[in-house]
Amino acid sequence: MTSLAETSFRNALLRADAPVPEGLTDGEGRPAGRRYDVYRNNVAVALREALETGFPAVAKLIGPENFARAAGMFLRAHPPASPLMMQYGAGFPEFLEQIEALRGIGYLGDVARMELALRQSYHAADAPGLDAARLAELDEAALMRARLVPSPALRLLRSPWPVLSIYRFSMEPGQPKPPARAEAVVITRPDFDPVPHLLPQGGAGFLAALIRGETFGAAVEAAGADFDLSATLSLLLQQSAFSDLLTD
Amino acid sequence: MFDTTSSLPPMPGVGYKPQHYSAIRDDPAPVGWLEVHAENYMGDGGRPLAQLRALSERFPISVHGVGLSIGGPDRLDPDHLARLKHLVGWLNPASFSEHLAWSTHDSAFLNDLLPLPYTPDTLARVCDHIDEVQEALGRRMLLENPSSYLAFAESKLDETGFLQEIARRTGCGLLLDVNNVFVSATNLGYSPQDYIAGFPMAAVGEIHLAGHDEDHDDFGAPLLIDSHGREVAEPVWALLDMVLDRAGPLPLLIEWDNDVPDWPVLAAEAERAARALTRVAA
Repeated sequence: MTSLAETSFRNALLRADAPVPEGLTDGEGRPAGRRYDVYRNNVAVALREALETGFPAVAKLIGPENFARAAGMFLRAHPPASPLMMQYGAGFPEFLEQIEALRGIGYLGDVARMELALRQSYHAADAPGLDAARLAELDEAALMRARLVPSPALRLLRSPWPVLSIYRFSMEPGQPKPPARAEAVVITRPDFDPVPHLLPQGGAGFLAALIRGETFGAAVEAAGADFDLSATLSLLLQQSAFSDLLTD
Repeated sequence: MFDTTSSLPPMPGVGYKPQHYSAIRDDPAPVGWLEVHAENYMGDGGRPLAQLRALSERFPISVHGVGLSIGGPDRLDPDHLARLKHLVGWLNPASFSEHLAWSTHDSAFLNDLLPLPYTPDTLARVCDHIDEVQEALGRRMLLENPSSYLAFAESKLDETGFLQEIARRTGCGLLLDVNNVFVSATNLGYSPQDYIAGFPMAAVGEIHLAGHDEDHDDFGAPLLIDSHGREVAEPVWALLDMVLDRAGPLPLLIEWDNDVPDWPVLAAEAERAARALTRVAA
């Protein structure tokens, strides 16, 4: 059912160095030549632009030429698995970490992970935020046994790098130089725009436990000794991090 | 088998871009309907779906797919067809259209509209795929003519005959992209007027108009690129008049997908489309 010309048309598309397939003409019998390269170029540009749109901070951090090279390697190794370009690039953070020439930029993978998380949050299902009054109604014992249901748009990222500070430094002019520290970032979407926040001390352990489905009490325990519960909880509730509260 | 009339109005429409949301909400004239790319509205929620819901309460919506790969030899992706069915189900758009092209090969989506040879084999393949889509969606679809930069030596049928036969066998309608006609005719050395004269206008439910760029092939011959990044070219407006003389008023879409301008520039293109429609309605 598939002709030879169709097969070779497809197989040469992602191989910039492959010769132009046989059986393709200019409509008047002459070989297609660079007319074929229009398609080859369209495919590479469309996929590269999708990555540029999805990872603007990575592009700023390594510069347009390095980004184009990394994107070109990625799109040839990992073309999209579905027509939903909003999902393209899920493997890009790991891929960047494997590129020898970028090994020196240790934080690059986590910045890419954060951009991916922001995009996933943007397209996540809608859910009204939990009314904080429902927590206040519980006595302490009931609160400790309760479980908070994360909103579909919630994302948590823990990095040994100052990932949010680097992201802001690259994207927003006038931001201070990133401090040398680990950062834990929560992404919430109170309305339609995902917003990243730094989590207070212990907040990441607390939130990770809640995301795993553990009780409020177990999450407080998981947060560790210096945990600032009230700062963490007021940030998360204000930002519609949870959609529901399950009590027994 | 299915409802055979498009319910898009014979007015200018535009390809919807989120940056124009407020402008369209406040003063859409002369735009009477909007077209969206199906794949951009297949997320779970958030602003894209909220905007589309709000717009669909005020405007007829055309859903234009770019990811089904109807022209390819692989079977249609059942997951993608299911997503499309879901979108068309809740939105109930005025029209659904796709391309005579392929984009997926061995599960890799290449994000471009790629060409196929026109042979009895590919004709049967495309018709099977369209039957499957119309069956799944429970509605008639429109199929768009492609822009071509090259031809397959093995092609046995001309493009208008190929499209006419698809429409006859499947009952689908056609989306006539007049810029694509001009681009393909220039690139492959045939007359765009002859193409229009031979096109099965009775099946046409929508017209596309867009801008193109100019380049050259290895022999110095003109090679037009379907870039959707500027105003519609003068020869394309002239071809549009010829189409409307033959077909009467139709829904006319202005597509502008790259270097998207501010709303007034796009609205001016839609104004010109409105004048072309007024001429044939008078």
